[in-house]
Amino acid sequence: MNNLLSTVIKKNTYQDSVSLMLLTNHLSSVEGVNKIQVMMGTPANKDIFKGSGLYTEELEDAAPSDLCIVVDTDSEDTTANVVEETDNYLANQATESAQNDISTVRTWDMALNKLPNADLAVISIAGEHAATEANKALDRGLSVFLFSDNVSVEDEKALKTRADELGLIVMGPDCGTGILDGVPIAFANVIEKGNIGIVGASGTGIQEVSTIIANHGGGISQAIGTGGRDLSADIGALTTIKGLRALDQDPETEIIVYISKPPAPEVKTKVVEVFKTLSKPVVAIFMGDKPAAAHDNVQYAWTLHDTAILALELAESTGGSIDKIVKENADDIEKIKANASQRFIKGYFCGGTLALEAAMITEDAFGLQGSAEHPEGMMLKHEGHEIIDLGDDAYTQGRAHPMIDPTFRVEKVKEAAQDAETAVILLDNVIGYGAHEDMAGVFAPVIKEAKEAAAKEGKAFIAIASVTGTAQDPQVYQDQVDKLEDAGVIVLESNAEATKLAADLIKYLNGEITISDKESKKSADLEKVSELLSSKPRVINVGLKSFAQTVSDNGGQVVQYQWKPIAGGDKRLASLVNQLYKK
Amino acid sequence: MTYKTIDEANEAVIQKVIESQPFLLDVVPAKSVISELNEKALLHSGPSIKWEDMNDPMQGSCVGAVLFEGWASNEEEARKMLAGGEIKFISAHSVNAVGPMGGITSANFPVVVVEDKASGRRAYCNLNEGIGAVLRFGAYNEEVINRLNWMKDVLGPALSKALAQIEGGMNVNVLVAKAITMGDEFHQRNIAGSALFLKEIVPYLITAGLSEKELQEVTKFLADTDQFFLNIMMASAKAVMDSALTVGEGSIVTHLARNGHMFGIKVSGLGDQWFTAPVNTPDGLYFTGYSSADACPDMGDSAITEAYGVGGMAMIAAPGVTRFVGTGGFSDAINTSDEMREICIANNPNLSIPTWDFQGACLGIDLRKVVETGITPVINTGIANKVAGKGQIGAGTVRVPLGCFEKAIEALAEKYGVEA
Repeated sequence: MNNLLSTVIKKNTYQDSVSLMLLTNHLSSVEGVNKIQVMMGTPANKDIFKGSGLYTEELEDAAPSDLCIVVDTDSEDTTANVVEETDNYLANQATESAQNDISTVRTWDMALNKLPNADLAVISIAGEHAATEANKALDRGLSVFLFSDNVSVEDEKALKTRADELGLIVMGPDCGTGILDGVPIAFANVIEKGNIGIVGASGTGIQEVSTIIANHGGGISQAIGTGGRDLSADIGALTTIKGLRALDQDPETEIIVYISKPPAPEVKTKVVEVFKTLSKPVVAIFMGDKPAAAHDNVQYAWTLHDTAILALELAESTGGSIDKIVKENADDIEKIKANASQRFIKGYFCGGTLALEAAMITEDAFGLQGSAEHPEGMMLKHEGHEIIDLGDDAYTQGRAHPMIDPTFRVEKVKEAAQDAETAVILLDNVIGYGAHEDMAGVFAPVIKEAKEAAAKEGKAFIAIASVTGTAQDPQVYQDQVDKLEDAGVIVLESNAEATKLAADLIKYLNGEITISDKESKKSADLEKVSELLSSKPRVINVGLKSFAQTVSDNGGQVVQYQWKPIAGGDKRLASLVNQLYKK
Repeated sequence: MTYKTIDEANEAVIQKVIESQPFLLDVVPAKSVISELNEKALLHSGPSIKWEDMNDPMQGSCVGAVLFEGWASNEEEARKMLAGGEIKFISAHSVNAVGPMGGITSANFPVVVVEDKASGRRAYCNLNEGIGAVLRFGAYNEEVINRLNWMKDVLGPALSKALAQIEGGMNVNVLVAKAITMGDEFHQRNIAGSALFLKEIVPYLITAGLSEKELQEVTKFLADTDQFFLNIMMASAKAVMDSALTVGEGSIVTHLARNGHMFGIKVSGLGDQWFTAPVNTPDGLYFTGYSSADACPDMGDSAITEAYGVGGMAMIAAPGVTRFVGTGGFSDAINTSDEMREICIANNPNLSIPTWDFQGACLGIDLRKVVETGITPVINTGIANKVAGKGQIGAGTVRVPLGCFEKAIEALAEKYGVEA
C-alpha cells in the first residue's frame, strides 16, 4: 500500500454530522478505499482526522463550513469515484422507511389510545393465552371475536357469562367467520350488503350460505359466528341466542338464517323457542337432522344450498310483505278499513301484458273466472275491481300511446282517487328508449295531491306501482322509484309483486288475512351488541396480521396488537405484573 | 398507602413532573453546594462503584480530576492515590447531582444550580466541556486540564454573574418547550437548546463586567458547544425526578443511570434504592477507524433525560437523530417514540412535539409495562472509546437492561403484598 492520502474540500457545503457519518460508512465500501473520513472542517473535527491518521496539510485551510473528505487509497481514480459517490449520496438522501397504514401496538392501553372507540377484539393467538386476552377485551368494554381454538369449556362458559353481564357478545372460540356491517372478519367472503342476517355455529356453513345468496343477487346484513361448542349443554347457546336477538333488532336484517351443527337436544329446544319469539322470518338448518315441518315464523332446510334459496325467496318477497306494508301505512289503512265500501283495486296500465298479468293474479287471488275477451282493454272487471290496458286501440285513437303521453292515464288516476270504492290504485311505469322521459315525474305530484285531498276529507287510498326498466335506461330505474316513493307510492320490484300486494291488502281489509303482531323488542341488554352491528366494526386485532388488513381493506378501523406472551413467557413475572395492575 | 391504587399514585408522580418549574439559578463551584466534596472525594455517574470496577475512561476521568484539583502532580501518582483508597467515590445521584459519561466531578468544578420551584428541590450538574478530548470521555491531557481551569476561573464566574442579573433565574421549561419544536430531543441533540440559552444569556454576559477577552472566550465557547444545554437539562431533570420520587408510591421509573459497569433504576414506589443489572454496550455510528469492538460499555447520568421523558423517549422530536440507529427514515423515528409510548402512562403536555401531531413527549415509564412487554427504554447516547483518553468514537443508542426492571418488579410485588 502506498498510503496515498488524497484530500477533497468542497467549499461551503454544509451537512450535519449524522449525514456525514452515514456517508463515511457508505464511501468505505467504494472499491479502492482503504480508509476514508468525511467531516466538516471544524477544529474539533480536524483533531479527529489526526486521531484516525487521516490528517493532511490541505485540511489546514478548511473552514467549518467546508466539507472535507480525506481518502486513503492506492489510486487517483478512487478519489474521483469517491467524489462522484459523495455527490450522488448527498443528492439522494431520502431514506425509505416502512410505511404502514395500520398502526401496530404492543399493549392494550396503547391500542385503545390509538382507537379509543374500539368495539371489537379479534383474537387469534395461541389458545392457552386467548382467554386471558379475551377477558382483557371484555374488561375494556369490547365484544370479542375469538378465532383461537383450544380454549377450555370452562373458560368459554366464563367468558360468555361475563359478556352477558356486560351486555357484550363473545363470538367463538374457534369462530372462523363473521361479517359485521359488511366487514369480513377472519375467514369470510366479500358479500354485498343485503337484508339476510346469519347466526352460525359453522364457519364454512356461513361461507357456503352467504356466497350462494350473493351469487343469486342477494346480500348479507350480518353474519355472527358462535363457535361450534356454543350449542353444547355446557354453554347452552349463550352466543346463539344473543346473536338471534341482536339480528331481530338489527334494522338492516329482514330475514334471519340460523346454521347449526348437531346441538344438544335440550339446547335445540331452547333455541327453537327463541326463534318463535323473533319478529322476523327464520330459516334454520340443524346439520345432521332431517328438517322439521315449518311452524310459526320458522322454516327448516336440509342442505346449505336449500337454506340459502329459502332465505333468498323470503328476502325477495319481503319488500312487499303485507305485515310490513300494513305496519308502515297503519294510519291510511285504518282510514280505508273504516270505510266499508272502499274495497277495490283500480289498475291503469300502459303495458298490455303487464295489465294482463295483473288481471291474472288478481283473478287467482279472489278465485274469479277470467275472460279471454278484453273489450276496450278491460282486462278485469268484477264488482269494483278494474284493470285496464290503456294502450288498447280504443284509447289511442287521436292521441299518443300512454307510454308516451300520460294525459289520459292521469285523468283515470284522478278519477279513481275520488271514487268511493277505490282502496288501491295499481300502476305500471315502463321506461327505456322511446318511452316518456319522466313518467314518475308526471304521476308523483298527481298522486301526492290526490292523497292530500283525500286526507282533508279524512280519507285515504294506497298507491302501488312497479317500474319496468334498468339503471342504464335514460330515465334511470332508481330515479323513477325514488320519485314515486317520495310521493307516497309503494314501489315493488315487479308487476307481479305489486299486484300480489294489492290483492293481499284487499284481503286484509276484508278480514280474510291477519298480520303477525310480533314486534322486535328493543332491549337494553342488547344495546352494545346492536351498536356493534350498526356501524363498521372498530377492531383491535390481537394476533394474525392478515385479519387486520382485511378489516382495513373493507372500511373498518383497526389497530394491530402485536401480541407477545407477557413478561416474555416468564409465568412468575407475568403473574406479578398482572396482580400489580390490580393494586 | 396514601393512594388507593398504584394507578392513582402513578398519576401523582406524573403530576409532579407536569407541574415542575425548573429554573437555572446559578453556576457555582461544586464544593460550595455539595459539602461532601470538601474532602478528597469525587462524584461519579450511576450507582456506587469501586475503583477496580470502573472502566478505563472513567478511571481516566478520575485521574484528570485528581490532576485538576492538584492532589497529585502526575498520572502515576494520581492512579496510586485512586487505587489506594485515598480518594472517596460518591455516586453523584446521592448528593443531588448528575454528570454525563463518567460523571466525574470534584470540588472546584463549576456546576449549574437548578431549582424546581414547584417542589423547592435543587440539583447540580457540571458544565459541558465540548467535544473531542474531554474529561467526561476519559481524557486527561494538559489541554483537558487547561480547559477545566479556564471553566473554573472564567466560564463559571461569568455565567454566575450573568445569571445573577436575571430575577428568579432562567426559566428552563420555556427553553425546552421552544427547543423541542426546533428539533432537539435533549440527549443526543441540544443544538437548539444551546442556541436559545446563548440568546438568553448574552445580554447579561455583556453587562457582567467581563474583560473583552473573557467575553469573547465565553461567548465563543458557548457558541461552539452544541451540547452545552444537555447539562442544564440533566440538572433540571434530576431536580424534577427527585421530587417525583418523593411520592413514595407507584410503579413509575423515576431514575435511569449507569456507571459503565452496572445500570441502575429507581422506582417511585421503592424509595431511594437502585435496582441494577450489567450495562449494555451502545451501538450506532462510529467515526472512521472505530467499531463496536472499541465501544465502552454504557455510562453516564445523562439517562436522567430519558427518565424525565426526553432523549430516546422523544426520538420523534429529533428525527435526524433516528439515523444513529441505522439509516432509518421519519417513520422509524415515529415508531421509536410510539414504542416508548407503550411503556409510558402519559404524554407531557409541556413538551408538545410538532412532528408527532403535537402529542406531548412520553411521560412516566411504568415498571409494570416494561416487564409486561419486554420493551425497555431506549437511550440516545454518545459512545466512548473503551480506552481512556481517546474520547468519543461515535454516537448511537442503547437499551436499559431488562434485569433492572425484573428485580424492581419483585421488590414492588413484595411492597404491595403480591405473590406469584
